[in-house]
Amino acid sequence: MKLHEYQSKFLFRDFGIPIPEGVVATTADEVQQIAAELSGVVVIKAQVHVGGRGKAGGVKVAKNAEEARACAEEILGMDIKGLRVEKVLVDPGADIDREIYLAITNDRGAGRPLIMASMDGGMDIEELNRERPDAITREHIDPILGLQGFQVTYIASAMGMPRALWRQFGSILRGLYRCYVQSDAELAEINPLVITGEGNLLAVDGKVIIDDNALFRQPGLRAERDASDELESERQAREAGITYIKLDGQIGCMVNGAGLAMTTMDMTKLYGDADGIGPANFLDIGGGATPEQVATALRIILSDSNVKCVLFNIFGGITRCDEVANGILTAYNEVKPDVPMVIRLQGTNAPAGNRIISEARIPNIMSAETLTDAAKMAVAAVKEGA
Amino acid sequence: MSILIDRSSKVLVQGITGRQGGFHAKLMMEYGTDVVGGVTPGKGGEWFEGKPVFDTMRKAVETTNADVSLVTVPARFAADAMMEAADAGVRLVICLTEHIPVSDMMRVVSYCAQKGTRLIGPNCPGVMTPGEAKVGIIPAMVAVPGNVGVVSKSGTLTYEVGFAMKNAGIGNSTIVGIGGDPVIGTTFVEVLEMFENDPETEKVALLGEIGGSAEIVAAEYIKNAMTKPVAAFIAGRSAPPGKRMGHAGAIVDGGEGSAEEKIQALEAAGARVAANPEEIPGLLS
Repeated sequence: MKLHEYQSKFLFRDFGIPIPEGVVATTADEVQQIAAELSGVVVIKAQVHVGGRGKAGGVKVAKNAEEARACAEEILGMDIKGLRVEKVLVDPGADIDREIYLAITNDRGAGRPLIMASMDGGMDIEELNRERPDAITREHIDPILGLQGFQVTYIASAMGMPRALWRQFGSILRGLYRCYVQSDAELAEINPLVITGEGNLLAVDGKVIIDDNALFRQPGLRAERDASDELESERQAREAGITYIKLDGQIGCMVNGAGLAMTTMDMTKLYGDADGIGPANFLDIGGGATPEQVATALRIILSDSNVKCVLFNIFGGITRCDEVANGILTAYNEVKPDVPMVIRLQGTNAPAGNRIISEARIPNIMSAETLTDAAKMAVAAVKEGA
Repeated sequence: MSILIDRSSKVLVQGITGRQGGFHAKLMMEYGTDVVGGVTPGKGGEWFEGKPVFDTMRKAVETTNADVSLVTVPARFAADAMMEAADAGVRLVICLTEHIPVSDMMRVVSYCAQKGTRLIGPNCPGVMTPGEAKVGIIPAMVAVPGNVGVVSKSGTLTYEVGFAMKNAGIGNSTIVGIGGDPVIGTTFVEVLEMFENDPETEKVALLGEIGGSAEIVAAEYIKNAMTKPVAAFIAGRSAPPGKRMGHAGAIVDGGEGSAEEKIQALEAAGARVAANPEEIPGLLS
């Protein structure tokens, strides 16, 4: 779960990290009032879950309250990469001397938390990593012991932090580590952490991503979820316990198991790409494939008007294919899809399952034996319908 | 021989009185696995299908001499259960549970390493040595004994490929599901090394997917140290970057972990990479 900049920075503040004393607003009136109270230069920043908002015009500097109002009128309601700006953060302008990068993330390869720090902050870390990997200081943390004092000193020293700031930097790094651990973050990033004209450190921008699997023990953060970047169909699926991701192809895929679901998508692309045909979605229906689940998943897939054919690929291990076949027919009669369906059942009782499908004699439903055949049939069905 | 488990493995099931734990414990016993008991805190002294249930792993291992534990408990209790198993001294812990927080897994992996316990998973289908034993949920019907080792990040895709091999007359030494989470116990390389050293394994099938770099590290090992032929498939060629494809670890992040780079690395290492998993039996025969 991604947190907005303001949520990330307010969370940092709870862990003793200094941030600009900004306020969130949803209307231009509020922005004007906040800017008047802050007095001086303010920065108005769109709060949306996409990168590159600065380049898209979502961040503006204003010299006074009237200008702030004008900026807010431009930014609020703006469309940034398909997302509407509903909220802005109004921060007092900072006097920036130098920009630093500081982040803690899960290093999946090492199975440990990784601290990354660089005196060359402000820019995109992936770009910096590509162009000048030596400019980033990296330190792994023992997940059982946690961040140690000598590691803080090592990082400050290796990255070239001015000595006069070591104490402040140590307090921020320890705070960020506590924030990362206690919030179950996948990423806790300050970019930039700035050295101000007065020689203080200040977290001017921040990004926190919380591990979805840990939300059960993070009730406070769970309540902060802003799902405005989630599609309605994806939300419905999530609530039904089905993993669904909308893509831009024409073949709706319904599969049990994530690896097989990706593979099924890949097969539609393998055989359809030459004709511009590919998967319309990722969908893992999970174990069992009961009629209710299949019907729900089918409705979700068909809510995408690009879908011209639905491909079922179910491997029956402990679930028997004849049960799955009956489930699919029940769901079909309930949903009555108007696009053709290709059904491929493999595993326990697959012949019986396929017989049930073919004996139902539904003109819209085709049965396939192999995944290759199924993918080719689905591609052909899309071509015919076009 | 085989790797990790065989008919002499003595297995405990943590969560044996739960719906999933009990269901699969029964299937494991029917397959011939020596399930010696189970653990559910608060249910010690009860019996499950004639096997004793204990409150703690320590008591269970002391009483049964079990060397393998299968963790089937819900995500919020799974980290504790894995560490309890490692502490009790079993050789091998296999965890099926999905949705365990990564921060928990980092501590568990580190703890198991300290204790010298091998961990498989989490979020995996388990391990099966066909004809001898299975620990986990891999359906009995997907494989017969043979000489091809399988190591995979996924569940049903493994069943699919195993079943296709079986239909082509190819059997398996051991099938190992390592799981699709970002932080896991045993990695591709460690399983490849076990297969390389296993006299009963002659060839290996590796089933990977997008996300992380475990397949790239595996390719290095194949290139430098492996004498046995490897056939591979990487799922997720058509997956868009930045989206988590079902498995918590299946995400192309910041341009890293794409199917293309993994396929290239494996091909450069001499593995035969299938564009379609149904080609795998052909690549192995």
